[in-house]
Amino acid sequence: MASQSRTAAIVGMYEWPKRLDRDVSAMQIKAASISKALEDAGLKWSDVDGLYDANDGEGGGGLGLAPYLGLKPTVIDTTAVGGTAYEFQTAHALADIASGKCNVAVLSYGSKAASQRIPIGTGGASAASNWQSNMENPYGHTLVSSYAMVASRHMYQYGSTPEQLAEIAVTTRYHAMRNPQAVQAMNDLQFQGVNEISIEDVLESRMIADPLHLLECCMVSDGGGALVIASGDVARNTRKKPVWILGSGQATKYRENKGDITTSAAAQSAPIAFGEAQVRPDEIDIAMIYDSFTITVAVMLEDLGFCKKGEFGDFVAGGRLRFDRPGALALNTDGGGLSSNHPGMRGLFLLLEATRQLRGESTSQVPGAKLAVAHGNGGYLGHTHCGGTIILAAD
Amino acid sequence: MPNRPMPVFPEPDTQAFWEAAKRHELTYQQCNSCRGVVFTPRAHCTACGSPDLAIKVSRGEGEVYTYSVVRQNRNPSFADLGAYAVAYIDLDEGFRMLSNVVGVNDPTKDVHCGQRVRVEWEKQESGDYPIPVFRPI
Repeated sequence: MASQSRTAAIVGMYEWPKRLDRDVSAMQIKAASISKALEDAGLKWSDVDGLYDANDGEGGGGLGLAPYLGLKPTVIDTTAVGGTAYEFQTAHALADIASGKCNVAVLSYGSKAASQRIPIGTGGASAASNWQSNMENPYGHTLVSSYAMVASRHMYQYGSTPEQLAEIAVTTRYHAMRNPQAVQAMNDLQFQGVNEISIEDVLESRMIADPLHLLECCMVSDGGGALVIASGDVARNTRKKPVWILGSGQATKYRENKGDITTSAAAQSAPIAFGEAQVRPDEIDIAMIYDSFTITVAVMLEDLGFCKKGEFGDFVAGGRLRFDRPGALALNTDGGGLSSNHPGMRGLFLLLEATRQLRGESTSQVPGAKLAVAHGNGGYLGHTHCGGTIILAAD
Repeated sequence: MPNRPMPVFPEPDTQAFWEAAKRHELTYQQCNSCRGVVFTPRAHCTACGSPDLAIKVSRGEGEVYTYSVVRQNRNPSFADLGAYAVAYIDLDEGFRMLSNVVGVNDPTKDVHCGQRVRVEWEKQESGDYPIPVFRPI
């Protein structure tokens, strides 16, 4: 039985439609997305009194974004924990609205990762010097190998297989092919074969860092978007049906002596969020989980409590998590970071697609979807990361 | 000779580790208050916060906790290595360090979790600090 808390809701949203866009700046993406998200909500520019920013965009951040937009909010929150900044910020917006500090909170994101050819996953030269870099730079560890190490250990510890991981990419692509923006993204970013894929396709794609293949890695795109969160009073008069924020959880996990790399921050954040929402994992209709890589989803399905530790393989097998398979939750119905949108920090898009589902607007709509979870991951899974869990409910 | 990126100084937490590396000593820290093992090096104990840490020398043996084989790295320092194995090594003294597993025919087949390994010191063209890497025993 879900919590009856109706303190704050997502009332407006916008996802930047292009994934390769050389003609705009990240700040322009943010400002235009905020404008569109407010229009979606039926709210005005001047209604915004809470600004949440992950220090993205050129000259943005706590000092830059408000003057760029031309706003004077009463809350400025610059929580920047990588890709899950938006789940953390949603939790903070809920608290700020509950305590009366603001009524209309705006989260935004803009990135030019594709057109600027930022080598997110496979490293580059680094001249940084700090307590971590001096112990790591000599070894050539990349972002991808950090996630791959989790997969290696998961296979060793639980006997999971490459085929089981590949199923996650297959399911995600199935959803992407129904999403015109995702199809356009894959075309613009020159994917080889913009079509549904099989487990064999995944395993035959080239290895990037064993055991992760190319088709198990997210795209690097441009993009962005915005989310408007409003108090219950405001939410009752907005243009679209509100999507209520029932619970949140935040956690961090990092490599440490004798630590278990196969368990993520979600194992800590999820029970807090589900407890606050008074919802059980088996009641969830939609799971939006940060799919930087297949292994990210595998570990988080387990840590969110959808299946036992080590048993994601059976949970995802045979296309079980497709939107058109009743009897199980639907996973990443927009096509995910693997096949729709990953400009570096995907956490915002998890909330956007969860909102679409709970409004009935997804391109892979689950009929009557009532409860969704968005779980983001920031940082590197096998190294240091933050996890943010948000539980959402339809009106 | 390998040409890996060197640690960059001044950096107060890691300087002692790399000075010991010049003597081919693999060091870790242990807290004099709670006996907790600290790694990577810091000026405080991560278990209790005490600044009273002793530097210890490891025997340099342990096992591969997990690994990956990097096929693609845009950093030119690693261009000559071909596919190489990065790994977390669990040293017998109870600390876990990032390193590479070397000295195998094919890193995609010959490295595995649980494998026993021993440290060796790899001279670098790029600078004065030898890099500790691990070879299967």
